[in-house]
Amino acid sequence: MESASEKIWKTTWQERLQKLRRLSLELWRDKAGFTGMLLIFALLFMALAAPLLAPHHPAEQDLMARLKPPAWSAGGSWNHILGTDHLGRDVLSRVIYGSRVSLIVGVAVVLSAGLFGTVLGLIAGYFRGRADSFIMRWIDTQVAFPGLLLALIILAVIGPSLITVILVLSLNGWMVYGRMTRSAVLSVRETAYVEAAEVLGCNSRRVIFRHILPNLTSPLLTLAILEFARIVLAEAALSFLGLGIQPPATSWGLDVAAGKDYMFRAWWLVTFPGIAISITVLAINLVASWMRLISDPQEREKQFARQMAARLRRSKAKEAAQP
Amino acid sequence: MGRYILKRFWHGIIVIFGVTVFVFVITRMVGDPVKVMLPLEATIEQRAAFEKQLGLDRPIWVQFIDFMTDMAGLDFGNSLWQHRPAMTIVLEKLPYTLVLAFLGIGLAFALSIPLGIIASLRPGGISDRSTVFISLIGLSVPQFWLGLLLIVVFAVQLRWLPTSGIDTPAHIILPAVTMALPALARLVMIVRSAMIDELNQQYVKTCTAKGLPFYRVVGVHALRNASLPVVTLCGWELIRAVAGYSVVVETVFAWPGLGLTAMQAIEREDLILLQAIVFSVALIVVVINILMDFVYTLIDPRLKLA
Repeated sequence: MESASEKIWKTTWQERLQKLRRLSLELWRDKAGFTGMLLIFALLFMALAAPLLAPHHPAEQDLMARLKPPAWSAGGSWNHILGTDHLGRDVLSRVIYGSRVSLIVGVAVVLSAGLFGTVLGLIAGYFRGRADSFIMRWIDTQVAFPGLLLALIILAVIGPSLITVILVLSLNGWMVYGRMTRSAVLSVRETAYVEAAEVLGCNSRRVIFRHILPNLTSPLLTLAILEFARIVLAEAALSFLGLGIQPPATSWGLDVAAGKDYMFRAWWLVTFPGIAISITVLAINLVASWMRLISDPQEREKQFARQMAARLRRSKAKEAAQP
Repeated sequence: MGRYILKRFWHGIIVIFGVTVFVFVITRMVGDPVKVMLPLEATIEQRAAFEKQLGLDRPIWVQFIDFMTDMAGLDFGNSLWQHRPAMTIVLEKLPYTLVLAFLGIGLAFALSIPLGIIASLRPGGISDRSTVFISLIGLSVPQFWLGLLLIVVFAVQLRWLPTSGIDTPAHIILPAVTMALPALARLVMIVRSAMIDELNQQYVKTCTAKGLPFYRVVGVHALRNASLPVVTLCGWELIRAVAGYSVVVETVFAWPGLGLTAMQAIEREDLILLQAIVFSVALIVVVINILMDFVYTLIDPRLKLA
């Protein structure tokens, strides 16, 4: 016999599965979002299985085969499909391994900045009063800072590394989460169910995390994905400037910077890492714009109306076709 | 109105103060300026002399007050790299950064309005969807890579434009375009969505029903009401161009503005010059912010009352 709690768990589990199926159906309908999601999964796979996919080690040098062009152009070989750089390192392998840094930095920054910003936003929106005005003034002041230049000072003093890059980008990016969470909390706070929870005697932590936070998940998730795209670009830019990931580690931005000196002789050195960054960011942006569409009730209504109109037109056309 | 402006000025002063404290804490307390600026093989006596020269041997609060008064008087000391006042170098380089930023963002603004309007006229139509898709691509391409691509195509392959430097007026074209494109992508999206919102309003129908020509309804009535978010974003883009993108774009094109100078200061471990640049840019950002508030009141007279 199943206990009651087990039954509840089972139904919610099934419901979740159904929800997921509905969501993936919707994703399939939006071809751009679907392509983006596919690319993100491919990228994740690439980062996780890098040692299996890469034909060479990313740092392996072959000075006899320096600056070899890609396989399809004259002088290229299939041993190095996308050619080699000035030290004879395989470009394809470096592009594959480079995805790891982008994803690690992106996930770490989104998690830390998102957590910090969301918690501060929840506090500001829920307790209001002095805490609110202090946090909001802090955010207003920091938003007006010249972010990248302060990052440069930090990196110049502490010295660039993976950890400092994550730290600097988190320090620069948490304010958006704070602002958005606060404004969302302010609107949710006055609803009847929050009042009911308070009347029932829930302490503020429970109200915030069990009753308010779940209502913020979809806007926060969309924001986090958009921020992820921004972070990938920012990490690439910092690494390009020589203030991000340091060699011998690999990063797409770093590879573009290294290839810059050989740009006129070896176009492939700059081209492929740059394409990798662009595709990654484009994929994330496509998914983010799909998510914004499905989480916005107004947009959903429009979409529903459009589908109804299309169905009506089709049935009308069928009627007209029949004699 | 007066109270509002006063409040904005006060906020600006707080921002400048915050930046100054931040720079002080990072350079003097988190990091060791002597370690950063002197070579490893410097002797203990040399280090002590250098500390004395910069006043680092005094208590931290004396240093702090000194630092604040120096910043208030825009006196940053001599650059370690060029051996002349850091502020002189900043004033020399500043015009280059401002020209590039204003030209780039101005270009983006000028192009974004017609493109955004065309996309907004038929939401979901072919011109709308292609505009959105191209903007998404524009948002996804890293700016430094875009600059390099433009150099390869227009300077190396086609030989239409110079690669980098500042010798002729034509030298500004590629950096300005590189500065403009990501901003253009974001601005087009905002113009589009703001115009779509406005064109759905009742007053648009009233204007059309009264017999106003279509171009006046769209170009005068709807556009003016849609301009607030567009101008807001434009101000943001200008700030980002001065305080962020300038570093990347100027490095790619060897454009001798503040961004390139900041990178050179980091390379030569010249914290004094870097401090001067950060402080001046913070000042410019604050000034742009206050100017933006004036522009708002010009667009929307209702804000004057607030």
